[in-house]
Amino acid sequence: MNALVPLPVLLPLCVTGLKLAIGPRIQRFQRFITLAVLGAVLVLSVLLMVAADRHGPLSVHLGDFAPPIGITLVADRLAGLMLTVSSAVTLLVNLYSLGQGMADRDDQTPVGVFHPAYLILVAGVSCTFLAGDLVNLYVGFEIMLVASFVLLTIGGTVTRIRAGSTYVIISLFSSVLFLVAIAMTYSVAGTVNFAQLAGRLQEVPLGVRTLLEAMLLTVFAIKAAVFPLAAWLPDSYPTAPAPVTAVFAGLLTKVGVYSMLRTQTLLFPGHRLGDVLMLAALASMVVGILGAVAQTDLKRVLSFTLISHIGYMVFGIALAGRGSIGGAIVYVAHHITVQTTLFLVAGLIERRDGTTELTRLGGLAKTAPVLSALFFVPAMNLAGIPPLSGFIGKLGLMRAGVDNGGGWAWALVAGSAATSLLTLYVMAKVWNLAFWRDAPPGTEGEGVVLESAGDEPGDEPGDESGDDEDGGATGSGSGLPVPAGAVVSAGFLGQSITTTKRLPWPMLAATGAAVALGLLYTVLSGPLTSFTDAAAAELLARTPYIEAVLGR
Amino acid sequence: MTVSLALLVAAAVLSAVGASLLLTRSLTRILLGAVVLGNGVNLLVLASTGSAGDAPLLYAKVIRNRVTDPLPQAIALTAIVITLATTAFLLAMAYRSHQVTGTDEISDDTEDRLVALRAEFLDRRGELRDRYREARAEHGTDPELSARYRAARRRLRRRVREERAYQARANDVSGSLWNDVLGADPQDYREGLELGSTDAAGRPGPAPARVAGPSNDPEESGREPDSHPGEDSCHPSPDQPDDPEGAGTEGTR
Repeated sequence: MNALVPLPVLLPLCVTGLKLAIGPRIQRFQRFITLAVLGAVLVLSVLLMVAADRHGPLSVHLGDFAPPIGITLVADRLAGLMLTVSSAVTLLVNLYSLGQGMADRDDQTPVGVFHPAYLILVAGVSCTFLAGDLVNLYVGFEIMLVASFVLLTIGGTVTRIRAGSTYVIISLFSSVLFLVAIAMTYSVAGTVNFAQLAGRLQEVPLGVRTLLEAMLLTVFAIKAAVFPLAAWLPDSYPTAPAPVTAVFAGLLTKVGVYSMLRTQTLLFPGHRLGDVLMLAALASMVVGILGAVAQTDLKRVLSFTLISHIGYMVFGIALAGRGSIGGAIVYVAHHITVQTTLFLVAGLIERRDGTTELTRLGGLAKTAPVLSALFFVPAMNLAGIPPLSGFIGKLGLMRAGVDNGGGWAWALVAGSAATSLLTLYVMAKVWNLAFWRDAPPGTEGEGVVLESAGDEPGDEPGDESGDDEDGGATGSGSGLPVPAGAVVSAGFLGQSITTTKRLPWPMLAATGAAVALGLLYTVLSGPLTSFTDAAAAELLARTPYIEAVLGR
Repeated sequence: MTVSLALLVAAAVLSAVGASLLLTRSLTRILLGAVVLGNGVNLLVLASTGSAGDAPLLYAKVIRNRVTDPLPQAIALTAIVITLATTAFLLAMAYRSHQVTGTDEISDDTEDRLVALRAEFLDRRGELRDRYREARAEHGTDPELSARYRAARRRLRRRVREERAYQARANDVSGSLWNDVLGADPQDYREGLELGSTDAAGRPGPAPARVAGPSNDPEESGREPDSHPGEDSCHPSPDQPDDPEGAGTEGTR
């Protein structure tokens, strides 16, 4: 069973090599192997999660080098759950991107860019979840980041280059900080392995330990977009293509949260920076959601709610009790799914109407009822309406806050209740503007491009998504007035995007499956909460992890 | 553990230089900053080895406790490789930025610019109104005065609209994916530019984002020769909103 642990990292990397070797030649086979490898990673993740639940953490030393020298990969309950959720989400997003026809353009480019970069991103995310030492965590981050640079700037348009610059520079800076933290840790403790550090850091003077904690927290807070360090996120995410934004919003910030969870529980138990974390959590929640209230573009609204809801998870980490850690884990799983789903829906809206600007949308509830349902459920889920999983996560966190009973904890409970209400307000605003009201007169068709210039059906390799686009285009041709010359000049965000009234079925199916996954958490809330409770207990006990790695 | 002071000082200096270069706007400088900062931090990683010893190779006669710790070297090597990859990406991005916008400087976020523009517009409108009211209180209702007030307000609105349209244009590129991905020659971009835009500066890129905005155009600001420069300041000055240092241009700096 232990031999399975490295596979979620290795499989996507090997398949990336295979894909690059094949080149852009066999499009169908390329798509098939991407989906197949993502499905395999999902199956592996479920296996690892179940095995870690039954037999305790699984660990493997690569090349059989003992801990201080070798690379250690560990899959415990938390890592297993994160892997499962992330691989499910990446599989759905990949299906969605196939429907959108992003990959269709691969045959026009010298080497297919999107799918290899996507698989490397998946490998990097898996690597961070499985990492058993600080350096491997760093390497996992870097794999993920370099792939995300490529995905964020795909196409190289003006806005994407600008957004990419911000993102690259911030990521680079946080990586450098991380490296400094690693150097400091190594010179203090003589190891970078988590399990060994857990023992050795207890003998380190308190001041030095707090310094290390502060350094690592800063690095992970930049990655996770916690408030004072979150300004880069709404600048960079909304410009990317919809599937890219969706997977970034779902996974990349949560990787930061996961690292925070891991290091805070394993390396710094009884940590001293709890108050600082609580303040950051409160500020993230409130400032983030106020930012979302002020925005009028759906993608930017969602970016700000993302920052706001990171605050909930930091809240759980800061309290550091069994209930609050369990609540935070539930919330991470819930939020990965819901945030990704909402960005996928934003992509569908963009596909349908050519924009996500709320002032130019309207009447979608009447004209696109399926799309409205797909938006409504995750929106209510995000706001935390009772039967849905957002409510379960928030309830767990608030109960932990009330049990804690400190002044900060009460402030956070009040703040999270207010944030929840404001989230509901924001979602209601989006619903009213984009879905419920009548379409604003004269806006329809303005700036909408029916077919981008280089996207003739003849260029398609003749697959099912190409057929769908044809059908959609003919269906919409009569409906939308196209201003003269709009095909070239009215591109949106630097790329002429294809809009179709009838949405391709893989996109709809993927979004529907993501919505269903969000609902599944509600159905399985009993097993889920008992699992996360066990995971929290395992994290706080620390001994199962240390024993699994060091073999004592 | 003893640490060489020279390594630490070198790491500190390199990090300081790199960090200050990172704070600039030009992507080329940022790239250099990233390289220098990365080198400084790699030195810091090496410094965590402690004092230098024998080469960490395992053979028969090696004395184990005199060998340098190999792990920081491995970490530094990993970091060097990663810095190399990131540098290559940044270099490509700086070149691409130069290709599509004619400069490698990072402009402000469009949304932020629009928000700033809106605030500036409201301020200016309020200012105009106040001055108009003052003038009316002093001189009584004067049809010429109110006509000029309305004209000034119209100009203000038109400038905001132009700025917005300009922002939308700046988002477009050539539209040809092949060119976008492979990177066409600047010549091709110049041709694309002459198709769509009126800018004749001959910069590469179809819609240069940092070419002066509509309000910064010398023709535009000098277009009001009849702006009564001799009149006293209590009148609503029509050329006030056409100030070349006005709202729209500040965002690009």
